[in-house]
Order: sequence, then C-alpha cells, then structure tokens
Amino acid sequence: MAKTHITMKVNGAEVEGLVEPRTLLVHFIRENLSLTGTHIGCETTHCGACTVDIDGMSVKSCTMFAVQAQGSDIMTIEGVANADGSLSALQEGFRMMHGLQCGFCTPGMILRAHRLLQENPSPSEEEIRMGISGNICRCTGYQNIVKAIQYAAAKINGVEFREAAE
Amino acid sequence: MNDMTPTREQREAKLEGMGCKRKRVEDIRFTQGKGNYVDDLKLPGMLHGDFVRSPHAHARVKKIDDTEALKVPGVLAVITAETLKTVNLAWMPTLAGDVQMVLADGKVLFQNQEVAFVVATDRYAADDGINKVVVEYEPLPPLIDPFKAMDKDAPVLREDLAGKTTGVHGPRKHHNHVFEWTVGDKDLTDAAFRKAEVTIKEMISYHRTHPSPLETCQCVCSFDKIRGELTIWGTFQAPHVIRTVVALIAKIPEHKIHVISPDIGGGFGNKVGAYPGYICAAVASIVTGKPVKWVEDRIENLTATSFARDYHMTTEIASTKEGKVTGLRVHVLADHGAFDACADPSKWPAGFFNIVTGSYDFPTAHLSVDGIYTNKALGGVAYRCSFRVTEAAYCIERAMDILAQKLNMDPAELRLKNFIKPEQFPYHSALGWEYDSGDYHTAMRKMMETVDYAGLRKEQALLRAAFKRGETREIMGLGVSFFTEIVGAGPSKNCDILGIAMFDSCEIRLHPTGAGIARVGSKSQGQGHETTWAQIIATEIGIPADDIMVEEGNTDTAPYGLGTYGSRSTPVAGAAIAMAARKIKAKAQMIAAYKLEVHEDDLEWDIDGFRVKGLPEKTMSMKDICWAAYNSVPPGMEPGLEAVSYYDPPNMTYPFGAYICVMNIDVDTGVYKVRRFYALDDCGTRINPMIIEGQVHGGLTEAFAIAMGQEIRYDADGNVVTGSFMDFFMPTAVETPHWETDFTVTPSPHHPIGAKGVGESPNVGGVPAFSNAVNDAFSFLGSTHIQMPHDYWRNWKAAKDLGAVA
Amino acid sequence: MIPGPFSYHRPATLADAVKLLSTLGDEARPLAGGHSLVPMMKLRLASPEHLVDLHGIAGLKGIRRDGNTIVIGAMTTQHELLASDEIGKSLPILDETALLIADPQVRYRGTIGGNVANGDPGNDMPALMMTLGASYRLEGASGAREVAAAEFYQGAYFTALEPGELLTSISIPVPATGHGYAYEKLKRKVGDYATAAAAVVLTMAGGKVATCKIGLTNLSETPLLAEDAAKAVIGTSLDPAALKIAAAAAVAIMSPAADARGPVEYRKHVGGIMVTRALQRAVGRAS
Repeated sequence: MAKTHITMKVNGAEVEGLVEPRTLLVHFIRENLSLTGTHIGCETTHCGACTVDIDGMSVKSCTMFAVQAQGSDIMTIEGVANADGSLSALQEGFRMMHGLQCGFCTPGMILRAHRLLQENPSPSEEEIRMGISGNICRCTGYQNIVKAIQYAAAKINGVEFREAAE
Repeated sequence: MNDMTPTREQREAKLEGMGCKRKRVEDIRFTQGKGNYVDDLKLPGMLHGDFVRSPHAHARVKKIDDTEALKVPGVLAVITAETLKTVNLAWMPTLAGDVQMVLADGKVLFQNQEVAFVVATDRYAADDGINKVVVEYEPLPPLIDPFKAMDKDAPVLREDLAGKTTGVHGPRKHHNHVFEWTVGDKDLTDAAFRKAEVTIKEMISYHRTHPSPLETCQCVCSFDKIRGELTIWGTFQAPHVIRTVVALIAKIPEHKIHVISPDIGGGFGNKVGAYPGYICAAVASIVTGKPVKWVEDRIENLTATSFARDYHMTTEIASTKEGKVTGLRVHVLADHGAFDACADPSKWPAGFFNIVTGSYDFPTAHLSVDGIYTNKALGGVAYRCSFRVTEAAYCIERAMDILAQKLNMDPAELRLKNFIKPEQFPYHSALGWEYDSGDYHTAMRKMMETVDYAGLRKEQALLRAAFKRGETREIMGLGVSFFTEIVGAGPSKNCDILGIAMFDSCEIRLHPTGAGIARVGSKSQGQGHETTWAQIIATEIGIPADDIMVEEGNTDTAPYGLGTYGSRSTPVAGAAIAMAARKIKAKAQMIAAYKLEVHEDDLEWDIDGFRVKGLPEKTMSMKDICWAAYNSVPPGMEPGLEAVSYYDPPNMTYPFGAYICVMNIDVDTGVYKVRRFYALDDCGTRINPMIIEGQVHGGLTEAFAIAMGQEIRYDADGNVVTGSFMDFFMPTAVETPHWETDFTVTPSPHHPIGAKGVGESPNVGGVPAFSNAVNDAFSFLGSTHIQMPHDYWRNWKAAKDLGAVA
Repeated sequence: MIPGPFSYHRPATLADAVKLLSTLGDEARPLAGGHSLVPMMKLRLASPEHLVDLHGIAGLKGIRRDGNTIVIGAMTTQHELLASDEIGKSLPILDETALLIADPQVRYRGTIGGNVANGDPGNDMPALMMTLGASYRLEGASGAREVAAAEFYQGAYFTALEPGELLTSISIPVPATGHGYAYEKLKRKVGDYATAAAAVVLTMAGGKVATCKIGLTNLSETPLLAEDAAKAVIGTSLDPAALKIAAAAAVAIMSPAADARGPVEYRKHVGGIMVTRALQRAVGRAS
C-alpha cells in the first residue's frame, strides 16, 4: 500500500512521517515518533489510555487515522510538563494525591484532565467524574484521581487546595 | 546543642520510613509518560507475532492452510502445532500440574484458542496474515454448563487424557473430571449436622470473571544464536518463575535465559501464568533469529488468558437455635475450562479455599472440591486475591447472612456471636490453618458505630414498611462482610510452585556515601514497591528512603523470588527486606563500636545511627558507618556493607476487615445506588497509609464491578458474549461509588515488622458486602439467595420473581 | 485489531465527495467521526477499499437558524452541539441527549450526521430526530433530496440512503416556546448503548397535553415513533391512568433483541418505564 507523507505539530515541534492510510494515530505517535507515553488499553474506544489533545480536543488516538491528523497541533503526555522540566500542576496533583498506581492510564487521564480544566477551570466533583468518564482506571477507584484534578485546579487558579472531608 | 541540630522528629521525618505517607518515586516517570512498559520496547529488526484463533468452542481442526497468508507482504512464517512438535513444544505444562496446548493440536477446546502464530515484519502485516490463514474445522458438541460436565454422555473434551484415571491430584472420576480435593473431618461434620437444631443449605455461585489489567499480556523474545541466550521482556508478575519454566520446557540452560519485567500496567493475577504467546514468540525468535514481539489485544485478553473464579459452592451450616455455629459443609464444583491452568501452589488444587470457615469458630467442617473441564478458556487465577480466598470469603459471608435470615437474627449480631475470640489466637481452624492474630470484635464494633448500624437498620425498617404500603418502589439493603484472608504464600512446609519453595528475597548494598540499592524478588505492577520497600529499609537502618533505590524484575540482578500475587509481597518479600536490613544493621553496629571504641553491647539504635548508652552525644550515623565500611572496618572483618536474605515465612498472615455497603434498589428497573461504602481493614503494621488507602480504593472498585456485573459469560454454543469493555462491566468514574476507609492495627506476631498485606483484602471483602447488600434488600420479600452478578436486569428479575414487579 | 488496507480521500468540497462516492461505488465509505466505522474496521467486520474523509469539507459543519428551523451540518460534533447557545436555547433536548452519548472524547469526534446516518439502532439521535420531526438532506450524483427522519430508517444499518448519497444536513423545526421535553436513557455505564431510551417532546394547554411526540431508542431494529402512546396522553393531564395506557401502547411496538443488557422482557419493561419517566419529566418542564 502506497504511503502518504504527513506533517503535524507534536508537543510544539514540527514532525513528519510516511504512513499507510490505515496507520492508526496511536501507532504513529508510539512507533514513528517514539513517544511511548501514549498507551493502548482496549483498542475499542472505551478505555481512553490513548487519549491525546488534538487542536483543543481530547481524542482517543486509537480511533483516528494518522493521515487525518495532517496539519494538526497535538499534545501528548511528553509535552505536558512545564517548560523548565518541572511537573505541571496536573502531574504534581496526580503524585501528591496518589492519583495513579500502575501508571498505565495516567497519560490519558492527564491529557483528558488538561482539556477539562481548560474548558471548566473549577469543576465540581461530579463534573470531574463526568469529564473523565471516557478513561478507565483499573487501580485507583478514581477517588484520588478526582482529588488530583481538584488539586491541580486549585493550583492553577491560585487558591488553596482543601481536600474534601471523607 | 545548637539551633542547627535537627530534632528527633526532624531526623525521623527525613527518613520517610514506615508509617509515613511518602509520595511515590514511580510517579515522577509515570506522570511524564516515561514509564517503560513492554510494548514500548523497540529492538532493531524486531518482528511481530499474532494469533489465528478458533471461532469454535469445540471442534476438530481438519486442515490449516497458510498458502495465502505467506503471500501477504511482510509475513515471514506461520507457526502451527506441527512446527512446535519439531521442538517438542506443541504442549506445555501448566502451573497446576496439567498440560495445555500451545497451539491447537488436532482440536480446539474453547473459543479464541490459539491455532496458529503468524510472524511478520510489523503488527499490521501480522494482522493481514492471520486474516489469510484458512482453517478447516469440524465442529463438535460443546460442553458449557459445568453441571453437565460429569454426565455420562457428556462430550469427551481432553482426548489426550484418555485412559488416565489418575491425575496429579489423585483419582479422576470421569473423563471431564480434573481432581477431587477434600479437607476436614467428614464424620464429625456429618454428626454435627445430624445433631443440629438449625441448618441452611444453598448453592452459592461465584461467576466467571477476568482480572483485565489495563495493559494486556505481552512480551518481546530475543534469541541470540551466537551466545545461545534468550532474553524475554514480558508482563510477568513472577519473572523468576517464568525463567525456570522456560528453562524446563525449552531446555535452555537457566543461566542463558534473561527475563526482564519492566513496568507493568496492572496485573491482578492475569500476569502470573505462562501463556502460548510467550512460547510462540520465543520459538519464532529462535526460528527467525530476530526479536519477536507479541501483544495481546483486549478481546484476546478477556477471552483467552486466565479467567478467575467460576466456583459453584453448595454450602451448609449447622447451628444451634441461638445462632452458635456447630458445623460447616461445602462442596465446590470448580469449572477450570479446557485445561487446568490455575496458578495455585502445587499441593493446593483449590488454592486456600479451606479458609472457608472464615472469621468464625466452627468446631468442625468438611470441604470437597471437584474440578472439571468445560469448553471454556483455561485459567482459574487469583484475581486480586490469595488463591481462591475471595471465593471462600464470598461463600461463608453469604452463608452467614442466609443463616441469620433463617434464625431471624441480625447478620452483624450473628457474626459477633461466632467470631474467633482474641484470646483464641493463634487459632487452629477446623480445616487446618493457624490464624496468626486478630481482634474481630473490636473491628466489627468500630464499623457498626461509625456507620450507625442500628440507625441504618431502623431506616431500612421504615422504608420496608413504606414499600409494603406502596409508597415507594425503592428497597434498601445493608451488606455486612467480615472477612479473614490468608495471604503471604508461603511457608516451604506447605507451599511451592513447580517444586520451588515460596520464599522471597532481598539483597541490599549500601554504597560508601550512605546511599544504596535494594533488589527484591517481588515485582510491582502498580503497588508502589519502589516507594514502600525503601520505607522499610529507612526505618530499619536509618538511611533516608530517598537514598535507597529499589530494583525488581530483572532475573539477572534480582535475587530469586516467587513474585507478586496473592498479597504475598509484604508478608514475604517485605520480611526478607527487613531481615536483610537487620543483617546490615548488625554489621554496622560492629563497625560503629569499633569506631566509637566501645563494646557493641554498649550501643543502642537511635533513628538513623548508633549512640553510646548513657552518652547521647557520642554517636555514629549510618551514613558515616557506610563510609567506614569501605575504609576502616574492624580487623578481621570483610569490607563493604551488603546483605542478602531469603525469607521462608513460618506461617501465612491473616488480614481481616469489617465492611458495610448501604444500597438502594429501584425494583422497577433494577437500578441500584450505592449510598455508602465503609471499609475497615486490619493489615497489621501499616507501611504507607497513603498507598494502603489507594489499594483499598482500587480493590473495592474491582469488587464493585465483579459483584454488580463484571462477568465472562458464554452462550450455549460457547461464544463469549462479554468480550469487550462494552459488555464486560468496567466501571468509569461515574458509576464508581465513593469509598470511606478506616483501620485497626493487629500486628502479625511472626512477621519481622508485623505487616500482613492489604492489596487484595478489598476485593475479597468487598464482593460479599455488595452481594449481601443486594440480598439483604430483597430478603424481606422472601428470597434467601440471589446469584451474582447483580446487574440491573437480574435485580429486576429478582424483584419480578418475588412478586414485587408486575 | 488492525484495519485492512484502504485508499484515503479527503475531498475539499461536497461535490468532490459525492463524485468520489459515486465513482468508487460500493467499495467506498464516507468517514465522519469514525467512532462506529473505525472499530468495525479494526475487527475487520468492515473492509472498505476507499475511505472518503468528510472533515475537509467546511460546508458540512455548523449550526444556523433559518426562520423556525434549526439547520445542523452533518459534520457538526456532539461537542459542538453542547457548546452551541442556539441549541441550548431552542433545542435543549438535543443537549440532554448529546450528553448521554458515549463519553467526552467520543463527543469531540462523533458527529450528528454520522450518528443519524449509519442506521445503528443503538444510536440516540435517530429516535430524537423522529420525535422532533426533523428531516435529512441527502445529496448524491443525481441531486439533493429531503427525507423525513421518520421515513429514513428501514432496518438495522439499512436506511433510505442510496449508494453514493451523503447525508449533509439535518433540519429541525424549533419546538414551541414553553414545550416540555426529556430524553430518558437507561444504560449500564457511560459509553454503553441504551438498554432502553425514550424521547418526549410535548406542549401543554390548560393543564392538558396539547401535542406530544414519543421516540424510542434501541428497542427495535430501527428507532421508533410511539404514535399510539403519544395519542393516548393528548388531552389528558398525564394522570397515572393515562401514563399507564401510554407506556403499554409504547411497549406494544417494542421488539428489542436479548443481549447482555438483559432479556427481551426486561428491555421492553424498562422501555415502558423510560416512556413514563420521560413523559413525567417533560410535563414538569412545560409551561
């Protein structure tokens, strides 16, 4: 099958590649670009481990072809940390609130939470739960992920984080 | 003392030792996408393998035609059972003493069984290849219902066992029979039932489900022909066991096999076993001389690698009128699927199911288990529990509720009446275990007070009255669960895998500048060992946890360990870590005595170093001792500061807990709402409360999923009807309840730091709490037992069967 | 789970897309959000030789009001529906329904055109479109035509779309001011199709139901309009007796399949309950 040349911006850098039309975006990111932080969990668009941010949208990259991302602006987990290399508010929140265990869902969760907070800077617990409902975590039971996102929201908004009472 | 001298509290805080909510060191890489999982590995020239799988549950394989597949660009080879026979690998031993096909040999015995392995230059070509392999099948009648497995006219599944009337666990009663396992005093138990004032009997099923970690099973095998060495990177919960298995079946010397488990994306028991994918990738690498990657997809994971449960437990309790239990009798029909591939210790074909007497003082009990074959996927792994312990806990906790109902007693009251008393520990159970420690009454009462149990019962009574008056369509259930686990397998006297005793191990090396590395035989899949193992060492030897690197998973560097499953890491590896640290501390004390010019006995430990008794200003820190260990040890002493410990536990540990679930159910739709879930865990000494809480949240979420819908279900033809995350209930943040956690601390008397293990308790204790809540909700309408899973339509059906819905 | 090979086309105009589809014939499939098609391709249950990606066609996106009609471009995503003030004001039931479709990520990609056009009985928008009296604009090599949503669905994955035709926009008459509405969906979890779902749009006059439409999702091979059920409540104050008759009339036309969501009897039973609850909630919202 003839290959197509594609270009896009990933984590701020222009990238290019030759792909078959059927190449899934997640495979292009992981294998052509060697950005292996984006994971594959279910392949049926349920688990969200492959979530990346494309042109301001959270997208499951296992359900999009790489050719469709031609010309787009993509952020993966490798592009989330602050410019100085320190952990972003969300990354820090996940660590401080124990919002991860095996770490496999974490990149997708963080990318999804990133877009959620862009659209809703102070979400309620219910809004967070709805907002991350396209991402499955097998380890944490979500409770600490919710706290991690609340922590990040507070930090971004410059207010003190108060952990909800048990 | 000047102002700069740190206080004792500051010194202790700096260590971040046991009891501290230390933030995880793993998270630095995981939150940045820098974890190192198997599928992230890319080797030069690496090939990909993928399976052709059977669409049939039971069929003869007439012909495999790979002609068209081999024409697909990129496809290099198609491996079948015939290929594997040339290297004597068409079949392989299971951990349970059975054998299994690696690739279909003559017939297939379950849907999605591996039939051929296509090797190609990349995963796209491999997938194209599998779609071009043509397999001719002759369908045979499938055996799906376990209760029909031992019918006279049941189809013969395992032709390879023809004429074998004895299996590895004793006599076989039928061609589809695997084993019978009995424990306990039958005569005494039968007598107790004859004399009983009250008895109950119920067939309690625990449905087939699957651990389904978010990362599936996968490996990369690379065979170096020149050196004759095989390197396997894989999602292995027990990398050393995999190395030994490969050495035994592939006849490669064990020192020439390098097994590496990198970061693992969850295991929950799914990644203990050895699967055909590993064998085929290894053979493919040997054949092609190139590295070969095999990555399972989600459907393959759910349908082919290691299910859990599928136990059908006919349970009877004998009791006095006052509710004092006098006997327990359980018969289990255990559906093992097509091959017995349970990952249990060798002598335990039904795992530790004989913990089924639970937290109660049964004077006598008898248990028998019949394992049978069906046309379903093989396995029987411990999905986040010690071997068959969650089945046992579910069995007894459900049965106690049924007894309470029959006696018209409150289920919490019945439990309090029958608990093993604190003064009875160490307690010898009727089915042969020695419980190490426990204080069940305190835990139960704390739970009841915290949730206002009496108040909830009053509320329930009011709601029931309102329901009967037709004022509401909601019913309310209180699900009480008081479980005792048995974990930390295990003592060499009764536990081995493939003949290897189930010890675990740790090697600690301290470097001259006061930092060090600890290598451990366990293997984290998300439990945070890199964080908590360093905390144990920090407390034991006074080196800050931040200065200890923990390494696991590389069989070339880690000491031999049996891996991480069955909540054995803290009880066994955790003990090895403490013991290795204590060896270091003993040597450090000699060095300190020499340097301080006192006798060893004149020294006492003080947080992060030694001080001379009575002279608190005369001290030597562990950091300074490290330096001294490399330049000025006492005469005659070897330099360096290292230790290895292999820990063979004297006993199992017995964590326990009191859980309660408060649930409302809308009888018209069957839709439930978990109003409250409170979990009190006693896991003995608590190493990192933050991680314990996280483990409990995760385990409860799994318990919730299992009890309320997570099922591997087959139709009558043997097709899996729940083979993706659409139908296999995997709750999101929206469905998942809020969890409340609590604890008591009853240390294990035999464990070096008193810890018992916790990761699996919430799955073990959670399932009965959810199921008891559903059953408790319906009980006033006249039901005694409703089978799991309690998904919406089954709740509605229960209501309908009880006449509560028109 | 890898899709089979195909050729990729990304036309910039509708005319080009239509031309491609008619030239390539049966071997070509239009690609919208892809959240139904791509998983089918990964399972090799669909193996089109050509994919015609509609994302390059600017004219297929957008929401506009044309008098008393809302016109929605087929490539408008569920997320864009939710973000639209116009939809929130004029067609709040569309928001309520869109929020119950799949999950946030899917809603960023999933389009209303794809949802209504592929004929999946599990999709939520088709029954709603029938309830709202919407029509679809279909464009093919031989020109454009309007087909009422109520006439569009012929069987599971089988619609009025002719080979080479594309569904390009949806026209929805704006319901009367003060109308009541509700979409009730019972599902096992986020991301699931409905075990049963019902859409209701009604108006009230003098305490009685003046007009009413009821649509049903995933309770038959196609979405259904429960016309007898709707008739049964018109002129009533939605008293318990009327609700009961309406639910029974709706249940009478349901023919769901037994699946992991439950047996037929259950799905019909809860279908009736969804109708009842949607009617009750809609009345509560009507003024």
